[in-house]
Amino acid sequence: GGSRSGSAAPVPAALHLPACPAPPPSSAPRMRCARRTPRMPAVGGAQAGSGQLRRQDPRRLLGGPGGLFRPAAPFAAARPAALALVTLLSFASRFYRLPEPPHVCWDETHFGKMGSYYINRTFFFDVHPPLGKMLIGLAGYLSGYDGTFPFQKPGDRYEQHNYMGMRGFCAFLGSCLVPFAYLTVLELTKSLPAALLTAFILIFDTGCITLSQYILLDPILLFFLMGAVLSMVKWNTSADRPFSTSWWFWLSLTGVNLAGAVGVKFVGLFVVLLVGLNTIYDLWDLLGNLSLPLVVFGKHLLARVLCLILLPLALYTATFAVHFTVLNKSGPGDGFFSSAFQSQLIGNNLYNASVPEYLAYGSVVTMKNLRMAGGYLHSHWHLYPEGVGSRQQQVTAYLHKDMNNLWIIKKRDLDTDLSDPLSPVEFVRHRDIIRLEHKETSRNLHSHQHEAPLTRKHFQVTGYGINGTGDSNDFWRIEVVGRKAGKLIKVLRSQVRLTHVATGCILGSSGKTLPKWGWEQVEVTCSPYLKETPNSLWNFEDHINPKLPNISLDVLKPSFAEILLESHMVMFQGNSGLKPKDNEVTSKPWHWPINYQGLRFSGVNETDYRVYLLGNPVIWWLNLITIGLYLMIAVSTAVTLKRGVQLTPELKELSRVVLRGGGQIILGWLLHYLPFFMMGRVLYFHHYFPAMVFSSMLTGITWDALLKFSAALLPPSTIGRQVYGGGFLALILLIMYSFYLFHPLCYGMIGPMASDPNSPMAGLRWMDSWEF
Amino acid sequence: MLGFLKKPIVVTAEINVNLVALTVLGLINRLWGLSYPQAVVFDEVYYGQFVSLYMKRIFFVDDSGPPFGHMLLALGGYLGGFDGNFLWNRIGAEYSMNVPVWSLRLLPALAGALCVPVAYQILVELQFSHCAALGAALLILLENSLITQSRFMLLESILIFFILLAVLSYLKFYNVQKHSSFSGSWWFWILLTGVACSCAVGVKYVGLFTYMLLLAIAGLHFWHMIGDQNFSNISLICHFLARGLALIIIPMAMYLSFFYVHLTLLYRSGPHDQIMTSAFQASLEGGLARITQGQPLEVAYGSQITLRNVLGKPMQCWLHSHTNTYPIRYENGRGSSHQQQVTCYPFKDVNNWWIVKDPGMQQLVVSNPPRPVRHGQIVQLVHGITTRYLNTHDVAAPLSPHSQEVSCYIDYNISMPAQNLWRVEIVNRESDTDVWKTILSEVRFVHVNTSAVLKAISGIFHFQLSGASLPEWGYRQLEVVGEKLSKGFHQSMVWNVEEHRYGKSQEQKEREVELHSPTQMDISKNLSFMAKFTELQWKILTLKNEETEHKYSSSALDWITMDTNIAYWLHPTSGAQIHLLGNVVTWTSANIAALAYLCLSFWYLIRRRRKIYDIPEDAWQLWVSAGGICMGGWAVNYLPFFLMEKTLFLYHYLPAVTFQILLIPVVLQHLSDHLCRSVLLKSTFNALIVAWFSSVYFAYCTFSPVTYGHPALSVTQLKDLRWKDSWNILIRKQ
Repeated sequence: GGSRSGSAAPVPAALHLPACPAPPPSSAPRMRCARRTPRMPAVGGAQAGSGQLRRQDPRRLLGGPGGLFRPAAPFAAARPAALALVTLLSFASRFYRLPEPPHVCWDETHFGKMGSYYINRTFFFDVHPPLGKMLIGLAGYLSGYDGTFPFQKPGDRYEQHNYMGMRGFCAFLGSCLVPFAYLTVLELTKSLPAALLTAFILIFDTGCITLSQYILLDPILLFFLMGAVLSMVKWNTSADRPFSTSWWFWLSLTGVNLAGAVGVKFVGLFVVLLVGLNTIYDLWDLLGNLSLPLVVFGKHLLARVLCLILLPLALYTATFAVHFTVLNKSGPGDGFFSSAFQSQLIGNNLYNASVPEYLAYGSVVTMKNLRMAGGYLHSHWHLYPEGVGSRQQQVTAYLHKDMNNLWIIKKRDLDTDLSDPLSPVEFVRHRDIIRLEHKETSRNLHSHQHEAPLTRKHFQVTGYGINGTGDSNDFWRIEVVGRKAGKLIKVLRSQVRLTHVATGCILGSSGKTLPKWGWEQVEVTCSPYLKETPNSLWNFEDHINPKLPNISLDVLKPSFAEILLESHMVMFQGNSGLKPKDNEVTSKPWHWPINYQGLRFSGVNETDYRVYLLGNPVIWWLNLITIGLYLMIAVSTAVTLKRGVQLTPELKELSRVVLRGGGQIILGWLLHYLPFFMMGRVLYFHHYFPAMVFSSMLTGITWDALLKFSAALLPPSTIGRQVYGGGFLALILLIMYSFYLFHPLCYGMIGPMASDPNSPMAGLRWMDSWEF
Repeated sequence: MLGFLKKPIVVTAEINVNLVALTVLGLINRLWGLSYPQAVVFDEVYYGQFVSLYMKRIFFVDDSGPPFGHMLLALGGYLGGFDGNFLWNRIGAEYSMNVPVWSLRLLPALAGALCVPVAYQILVELQFSHCAALGAALLILLENSLITQSRFMLLESILIFFILLAVLSYLKFYNVQKHSSFSGSWWFWILLTGVACSCAVGVKYVGLFTYMLLLAIAGLHFWHMIGDQNFSNISLICHFLARGLALIIIPMAMYLSFFYVHLTLLYRSGPHDQIMTSAFQASLEGGLARITQGQPLEVAYGSQITLRNVLGKPMQCWLHSHTNTYPIRYENGRGSSHQQQVTCYPFKDVNNWWIVKDPGMQQLVVSNPPRPVRHGQIVQLVHGITTRYLNTHDVAAPLSPHSQEVSCYIDYNISMPAQNLWRVEIVNRESDTDVWKTILSEVRFVHVNTSAVLKAISGIFHFQLSGASLPEWGYRQLEVVGEKLSKGFHQSMVWNVEEHRYGKSQEQKEREVELHSPTQMDISKNLSFMAKFTELQWKILTLKNEETEHKYSSSALDWITMDTNIAYWLHPTSGAQIHLLGNVVTWTSANIAALAYLCLSFWYLIRRRRKIYDIPEDAWQLWVSAGGICMGGWAVNYLPFFLMEKTLFLYHYLPAVTFQILLIPVVLQHLSDHLCRSVLLKSTFNALIVAWFSSVYFAYCTFSPVTYGHPALSVTQLKDLRWKDSWNILIRKQ
């Protein structure tokens, strides 16, 4: 072991000093502690701090308006009333005109449809985890929606279908956001005005209102996300009573909310990161507390592992278990999943199916690419357009089941007539050379040294020949991965590679979507680079051969863990596959904080009922400026503290709020915003809203601190208090007035577009990029 | 005063024989047989073409990085008297006599050789023993991958040299700072840090990561200074400003200067002209400049113009019309207006000429004095050859049915009135009264009746396949539509005037002659350096080559275990070949060292938090700073590759592995100093180190035939070299 050199060693120059050990081992550290104690407020001692303040003579304090915190006493009584007011306003603003417009708006077409899928129990595929859609489905089910509305496209009228349950549910969760943010800021700052400012920002932001009023995942995500932040903050403040009931309550509630957030969208992972960093910081703090025995520290560690890792994991897995149990019927999502998975779904052709086990010549098969969401080898009567290799028949990968996915396995020599029922069965063996004939068009799978349509360095794959008569470019060597020569090939379980005999390239699917001429199916190429990837591996799925005995597919039944893993792979694949199309104008992350461009939720023309998702520009620009202000305040505060400038206790408490509380919140903003710059997928404006909520909380905290700092610099306490109160009043009035101006954005507009000078909104189109 | 007369002048020279010896070894090791093979090796085929273009002073754009590295390679060619005449088309092609192979490869090899003494010095400055420093230098010396990479006309060795130099000079600066601030050497080293950083970034953008690391370390050190009460506020501000100057301002200025030199050197037009704007092209000698020189600047009513689509991707095209009409019915049964086609045509043609007409007047010539067109004014565009008006109406476009068809109006008398008024909106205007300028102004044409915007549709890739080029009836030209909803801003909706003259002929016949004749008048306009820089920089950052698949591409995860190699060259007849392959022993040891470092650090950190100090404070500080540089350098140069979506190769890992190798002696010395307590243990440890080091040397020798490409190995020898199944050693079929 190492040498113990407790008090003799110099204290490391770390930013954070641990609390003094209870029995000081020698005089030196005690002196250090004694000197430092007044500069370091006790951990979690906000109330203690302000109590101490009141006892001190206000005139002695630097900058002197000692009464700044005194309004806390009447505020304390006002807190429940304020909370009630905020909640009421929030609900009122979200539920006002909720049924309008009575047609499908924007992404309701997806999420409403998916809710219906749950009610109908049909299997579907989506890039997001299932919890959000399950809750929507549940809300619909409980409110009497029967799942029969098709949600085909935005603008479809709901007519007699009951959609209010689902909208109401989302609006309810969206309304909870405001009290959550209010309580979070109150907990971090102990300042009622700061919390009220945050709450008013969120209540009167047109963007937040719009986003909460429709059947979308975002209100659900934001609910869990803010729930997690609130319970984390609450739990932090109960850290002085570890292992108490409230401590356990908030800790486990954090875990539950984390599971909820990740279960709705993977963006929830960022809040997991936020909570994780906070926990590490907290554990590090505890570890440095030498009065805490290691056993207790171990308990702390275990409690966190239990509540913040195991509990959310269990809940998250449980949502998937429910998801797969509920959705037991075949539906539109089948093709995205492996053959084994499909055999689980009622109505799928693999369900309870039985097929011949070993592949033989003359068998009719479908081949599925092993790439996640890989598609079936497919061909159809259409030719490649001119300029794309040779004008032969297209071969693609197609995600859906179709007659055109069927291929017949033939021998390389044409002589044997396989259709003769009396001819003996000959099995296909590893490393055999075969021909694949497309059943519908009787063309052979063919490749040659022309460049593939999209992946220019690969060779083109076509359908060639007439009635199965082609040329030597139709020969493929079939190989099973990890198998010796001469072995038979199993349906479904053998992973097969097809090597083109003439050129030596490997048949694969590049995963790129073909243009319109290819019906937006996936490109199939022959790759000269002999890389072993799932792209170039295939398995046989359907297998029809009347001469062979069938076996049941039940042996394939995947375990729950396999299903879970596979569905995640498919989701990630789907997410990264959402690439912007060429020439498409997409939203860029830098557009978002400046409120550059919104999203049309409903209506395009003048006569339509139009709803436009756009943040209240006054609020958003205030938020943007505040981030800069916060950074300035935080840096100057940190430098001041680092320089060892003596501050009054209340300023010190204030700087603690700025650095610790504000730091947590700005970290949340960064974590929910910066990663989008690195994402290759299509981005939309509404992705910014989690970050926007953090930004709004930061605005509350920063302006509170800023006004308190500036009030502290003014000599007489009354002026200071007036500046403080006046500043807040001005901000809140500004927010409410801007809401009055912009409220038609969320509550609907009919009439001329804002670009028309006759429109009531004409003066409000402050940026040319806004389209309302 | 004249003291030097009384005393003799004494020069005391202090020579570190270690350093000299290491430098000499490095030079021998990297420069030996440098001009072999006399053939194009791997990416020389890529960088070579740029060297040739530099020699010929022809402008090019390379999206792989900034120009400083290319310029250094070109400097080698310049010193060797290269005339640029070589066709860089194939790896393995024999060099002709006029290619100075040795001097082209000299600079990268020198940079690679100098990495050896710099590595030595870095460890010395990190306060490690000479033994450890020597070890680090020898490991770098015997690292096969670094040798291979530095012996050819490639950029990585130059990049690594500047990265290491930047680290070394920062460490020197930091150590000088401890006893004297603002002294001569203090300034020298901090300025050198900034310069080296900018050179690293200038060679490849990957250098940015090390630059950021050094900035972060400098920031951390300054943060400690803020807490130090010995510094007054004033001196802190001075320190801050000095660092800002040396580490931020100077690198930025250097970076700009690279581009300045680049643009000064390359003044001729060349193959990449077309991706630049017309204004940029006009600033180059030859090419567009020849045509546009002397055009009138301000577009006036009556001007004859060609309109180029600003997007310019995948190819430039000009607004075009011809006498053919849209087919009455398309293949899919939709109808059209059957009016005259308007397309975007990728070639210069007399049918690209349009005349700007004032809707209120009949004349098609420029009045005297000319009346310039300003932002927001309404114009009609008359097609020069057919004298028809550019028109759009509520008819679905041929290929993009969501947009409006654009046509040249023919009155068929079927109650389809002409809608040919367009509002000119200058996108890059400075004020709302700006005049429409040739080449410089980027304009949108907004249709007055429907507020549709004139737009050329061209897929960014595979334009001929994406369905954007018209079928046979439209001669496969690109589609032009009126985009109904001004959905944000896209360059395909913006046009600029390229060729321009004031029309003089009243009669159609005369006008046709005029349109066929070249333009000639005298006003020239040059772009400022900053405008050129901004454009070029933007193009470099946004230009995306088609994602290419390569036989030797690999994923970042393969690099740690060196599961991949790259074949650089194969002798046309014998089995001699060159591969990028690391020294297996070194790579494995570096991984173990990194793991050991992480575990030990974690252990120490936890224990220190509980006030248990296993090692003395100064040893801990050493451990932390060495780890910060070496592990930090490894992490910043490696981890970002997981986020990159480009094609990756093993050589991308070399900067990271260099840092990781430096960590080996750090960990070894730490183990020997602090964990080997007894003498016996220490000597055993030393013996082990010697054994391990000889195995490094053994691995170096074993792989040196494929590092240097000499001697040629037999098939069995080659098979023996294939230590991992995933390595692709080339074996000729007998």
